[in-house]
Amino acid sequence: MKTEINKTVILFSIFSVILILYLLITIGNLIISQLVIDAGALWKTMWDSSVLKSIWISFSASFVSTAIAFLFGTPLAYFLARKNFPGKNFIESLIDVPVIIPHTVAGIALISVFGYNGLIGSPLEEIGIRFVDAFPGIVVAMLFVSIPFYINHVREGFESIDPKLENVARTLGESEWGTFRTITLPLAYRDVLAGSIMSWARGISEFGAVILITYYPMIAPVLIFERFRSFGLGASRPIAVVLILVSILIFVILRYLSRGWSLYAKD
Amino acid sequence: MLKIKDLSADLGEFSMENINLEVENGQYFVILGPTGAGKTVLLEVIAGIYSADSGEIVLNDQNITNKPPKDRPISMVYQDYMLFPHLTVEDNIKFGLDSEGYSNEEIEKRTKEAVELLEIQDILHRYPRTLSGGERQRATLARGLVMDPDVFLLDEPVSALDVPTQEKIIDELKKIYRETEITIIHVTHSREKAVRLGERIAIMKEGEIKQTGNSSKVFREPNSEFVANFVGAENIFNATSKLNNGTAKVKLKDEIEIEALSNREGKVKACIRPEEIMVSKTPIDSSGRNMLEGEIIEISERENTMQLKVDTGIELVVTITKKSYADMNLKVGEKIHLAFKATAVHLI
Repeated sequence: MKTEINKTVILFSIFSVILILYLLITIGNLIISQLVIDAGALWKTMWDSSVLKSIWISFSASFVSTAIAFLFGTPLAYFLARKNFPGKNFIESLIDVPVIIPHTVAGIALISVFGYNGLIGSPLEEIGIRFVDAFPGIVVAMLFVSIPFYINHVREGFESIDPKLENVARTLGESEWGTFRTITLPLAYRDVLAGSIMSWARGISEFGAVILITYYPMIAPVLIFERFRSFGLGASRPIAVVLILVSILIFVILRYLSRGWSLYAKD
Repeated sequence: MLKIKDLSADLGEFSMENINLEVENGQYFVILGPTGAGKTVLLEVIAGIYSADSGEIVLNDQNITNKPPKDRPISMVYQDYMLFPHLTVEDNIKFGLDSEGYSNEEIEKRTKEAVELLEIQDILHRYPRTLSGGERQRATLARGLVMDPDVFLLDEPVSALDVPTQEKIIDELKKIYRETEITIIHVTHSREKAVRLGERIAIMKEGEIKQTGNSSKVFREPNSEFVANFVGAENIFNATSKLNNGTAKVKLKDEIEIEALSNREGKVKACIRPEEIMVSKTPIDSSGRNMLEGEIIEISERENTMQLKVDTGIELVVTITKKSYADMNLKVGEKIHLAFKATAVHLI
C-alpha cells in the first residue's frame, strides 16, 4: 500500500513539475532575458507615458466590462443555476461560444454590430456614442470574450448553494430579492469574486477582438504588437515584461484578498 | 385551524394528489410515511415554497393558497437544519425578525425567550459549522420559534441525529409544545417518533394521504395493508371471516381459526400487532380469546424490546420486553403458548 501511494505521488509530481516548468520557463525567460540584455530599457519602459497609458486603458476597460458582466451576468447565472426553461441548453452553449471562436472572428462580428453601419453602432453614433476606435469599442470586445468566464464561475457558485437555504429565508419573511441579497449573494461571494477576477484578467489579455474594432486608443497588447511590428523584439519585450509583472502583482493581491472570504465557507 | 382541501401539486420528481387534512390549533400532528412519499413536498407547499396546482390551504379562516411564503404565518425547519452558514447563531435567530422589520427591542425580547427555552445561550456567537448536530437543531428551532408562527412545520427534525441526541431533541419538542401550545406539523418516517409525539397522525404514500386519525386508532385499526405494514402491524394474513353472535370467526389457515371483534365478513386481511400477543411457557389463563401454541424459530433484539418469530402453523411476530425475555429464558426451538384478545385482531 505504501509503495503504491509513493509511485502515484512520484508520477503526479513529475507531471506537475513539467507543467510548472513550462510556465516558468516561458514567463521567466522573457523577464530574465530582458533583465540580462537591457535592464535599463525595462526601467525606462516602466515610466514611458504611452506604455502606462495603454496599461491603464487595458485595466480600466476590462474593469468596466467586468462591471457590466457582473450587472447583467449575475441574474443570468442565477437563472441558469436555479431554473429550467425552454432553450436553456441553447443559452448555455451560446455563452460558451466566445471561448471557442477565433477572436478575430469575434472582432468582425462586433464590427458588424457596433461599427459605423452596425445594428447598434449606427443609431448610437448619431447620439454621439462611438465604438470604432473608441473606449466603448474596447469594452464591448472585452465583454464578449470574458462573459463565459464570469457566468460559468458564478453559476457554479449559485448551484453550490442549497436552494433550501433560500426557501428558509423566504419562510422567515424575506422577499425574493431580499433572499438573493442577504443569503445567495453572500454565500456565492467567492465565486462571484473569482468570476470577476477571471473576467477582468481575460479582458486584459484580449487582442484579436479589440484590434479589429479599436486600434486607437491602444490597449497594452495592441501596443506590444505595434512596437514588435515596427521595431522588433527589443522594443516590444520590455512592455511585455512590464505587463506581466503588473498582472502578477495584481493577481497575487486579489488572491490574497479573496482568501479572507473563507469566513463565509459553506457547511 | 389549518384546513387543506383537495390539494394537488406536480413538481416533476415528486407529486401529491388530493390531499385533505385538518389540523386544529395547538395540535401536534404527525405525517408518517416512507421516504419518497411526498411528505417534505407537502410541507413546502403548505409553507408556500412551491405553488399548488389545485386545491386550497386555509389557515384560521384565511385563504393563504396563493400567498408568498413571507406572508404566511408559518415557520419551517428542514431535516438538515439549513442554518445560514455565513451568520452566527444569534444572527440566524434574528434573521426573520430583521426581515419583518421588528423593532430592536422586540427582536431582543423574542430572541431571549427562544434562547432560554432552548438553552442555547452558550452558542450564540458561534458559526453553524462549529456546532454539533443537536446544537444546530436547537438553533434552527429557535430561529423558527421567534417568528411566533401560527403553524410550525418540522421536516424530520431528529433523523439526522444520533440516538441520544434524538432523545434530547424530542424532549425539547415536547417542552416547546407544552410551553408555547403552538400548532405543529411534524413529518417523519419513524413510527416510534410518531407515536411518542403525535396526537393525530396521517399516513402518506406516493403523494396521497392513506389514513388520518388519532395515533392509537390508526396504529390499532389500519385501513389498508400498506398502512398496517407501515405502522408495524407485522402480522398480516389473508383470511376469511364469518360473523357469529357478534364476533367474527377468522380462518387464517385450514387448521387455524381466531376470533376478532369486527363485523366484516368474507375475504379479509387480519392484522395483529406484535405487542398485543402475550407469551408464556405454560398454557395462558387470560381473557384473551385466541390461544395458540408454537415453536420459537427466531429471536432478534430491538432497541428496547425482543422480537420473537413463532411458528404456530402460521408465523407470528411477537414483541416482549427485554426483562420478560430474560425472566422466561426463552430460546430458539422452545415451544411456547401465545394468547391475544379478539380486540387485538383488526380486519381490513
